[in-house]
Amino acid sequence: MAENKGVLVLCETKDGKLASISAELLGGGRKLADDLGQELSAVLVGSGVADLAPEASAYGADKVYVVDDPLLKDYQTDSYVPVMEKVVGQAMPQVLIMGQTSIGRDLAPRLAFRLNTAAALGCLELAIDPQSKKLLQTKPVYGGNAQAVFTTESFPQIATVRPKAMAPLAPDQSRKGEVIKVDAGLDASAIRTKVLEKVPEEVAGIKLEDAEVVVGGGRGIGSAEGFAQLEEIARLLKGAVGATRPPCDNGWAPAGAQIGLTGKIVAPDLYIAVALSGSSQHMSGCSGSKAIVAINKDPEANIFREARFGVVGDWKKIVPAFTEKLKELLAK
Amino acid sequence: MNMIVCIKQVIDPEAPPASFKIDPSGNKVVPPAGVSPVVDPYAEYAVEAALKVKDASGGKVTALSLGSNQLRDIVKKPLAMGADELILLEDEAFDESDSWSTAYALAMAIKKIGEYDIIFCGREASDWNAGQVGSGLAEILGLPSVTLAEKIDIADGKAKVQRKTDEGYEVVEISLPCLITASNEIGEPRYPTIKGIMGAKKKEPVVWKPADIGVDAAQIGAAGRRAKLQKLFQPVREGKCEIIEGEGPEEAAANLAVKLREVKAL
Repeated sequence: MAENKGVLVLCETKDGKLASISAELLGGGRKLADDLGQELSAVLVGSGVADLAPEASAYGADKVYVVDDPLLKDYQTDSYVPVMEKVVGQAMPQVLIMGQTSIGRDLAPRLAFRLNTAAALGCLELAIDPQSKKLLQTKPVYGGNAQAVFTTESFPQIATVRPKAMAPLAPDQSRKGEVIKVDAGLDASAIRTKVLEKVPEEVAGIKLEDAEVVVGGGRGIGSAEGFAQLEEIARLLKGAVGATRPPCDNGWAPAGAQIGLTGKIVAPDLYIAVALSGSSQHMSGCSGSKAIVAINKDPEANIFREARFGVVGDWKKIVPAFTEKLKELLAK
Repeated sequence: MNMIVCIKQVIDPEAPPASFKIDPSGNKVVPPAGVSPVVDPYAEYAVEAALKVKDASGGKVTALSLGSNQLRDIVKKPLAMGADELILLEDEAFDESDSWSTAYALAMAIKKIGEYDIIFCGREASDWNAGQVGSGLAEILGLPSVTLAEKIDIADGKAKVQRKTDEGYEVVEISLPCLITASNEIGEPRYPTIKGIMGAKKKEPVVWKPADIGVDAAQIGAAGRRAKLQKLFQPVREGKCEIIEGEGPEEAAANLAVKLREVKAL
């Protein structure tokens, strides 16, 4: 039996390009492969994705598997699982990494069960244990109250990684990788689902995940009008507004603004947390921020343990004064 | 419509963060004293999803829970919410299950139940946040699945599922029988009514032991794990927050803006 070797990264595409998460995973995967002294491979699955193979190589892949088939245009469990089963059978990797995305979180567990191995979803960090050479999979558990490190005895060791947890390499266009075409070999009648429509969420201004400044509001904001005040700060700083779950559930902020374990993951340079306590759930979605600033009336609130700077007091008094001072400073 | 909803009893995730403690053995969490366990909130969304389908299309909802020391008053909650039956897979042999051993035992129980159109699970559970049992169960049972459902409509023997995606949502048509995991967008789980609570009090759950569902002892609980837990720890909080003061909140706010400018955070 052939030996499992190397690291394989499932690359996703977005608007005809390699998705940012995929560049991140190739960067992280490169390091794991180097630590193992083995190859890094990428796999592109989709329809019309073959042209992206050089980009995957530029981001660090030694080999690129390409499965290009019209039946793979939309992600569907029943089409992607057999295709990935086939690619894994051919590539025989030790480690398989995907993004913690709508695709990865659906595909990884199902594929792991099919291949009789285990997966860890939503990892913050992956490393190779120097002794055992096993993949150490670190992920938040108990809603972010704790972290766990898992290993897998079987191959491939599968993990999904959260966005922004790994850093991409600077693309090197001179780096060439071997391209291996794999026939999807799908039977359309075995696909038991059909994607009827895809509806993108409407975003005004800068996308939350891409913003360098995020202003997050919590339950204490209390109303949609309150969130409008946070919007003003975000506008001044060319950032975006996020929220904890209660404001989204109450309709003060759109559902897409939710940051946390079950919402979006952000890692801005500056996260201004207003009237939010800093629950583990929420912090799971923003703990990668470079600097957190807390505005909260409760000096004991957990957010002050996470923040670099803080003001204790009523946000209704603090936010307007902060906004005015910002305008003054930014005008200079 | 015959529906099965997988639930479980967990440590209350809403318990104060300060009460969260890890056992010195370093591989499990100590249940906080004086805080009652709850039905996993993610699973409650799955119960709600099933009850919404029942409201619209009729049918029977069976809740299925795996664990040990399941407090009857807690795990009966789906019955109080409107489920028709409760089956408990209860034995210490199920302790320390991972996604594999959980999905395997649930699959064996579901095979014993026999008839079903839709199986519901939460998107993940609030304890280990693994997010795999639903998909794993579908794989073992050979069912099509849709994860992260926000809305479900049944028509012509198929389900139309609005699935949450990173970009927004997509609408997926899926043949029955199938497995669906529910996301919180499905809607707040309904409160049990007084009538529901009274009904649940009178109803005794069916209890199945490992032998009742014909499981292989090597595949359940800790023995059946595929994911080995090496370490469980609480991330260290830096706790070096600089509190910006001022004469009153307005001045403190202005000082904060100045400070952020000074450290080039703006």
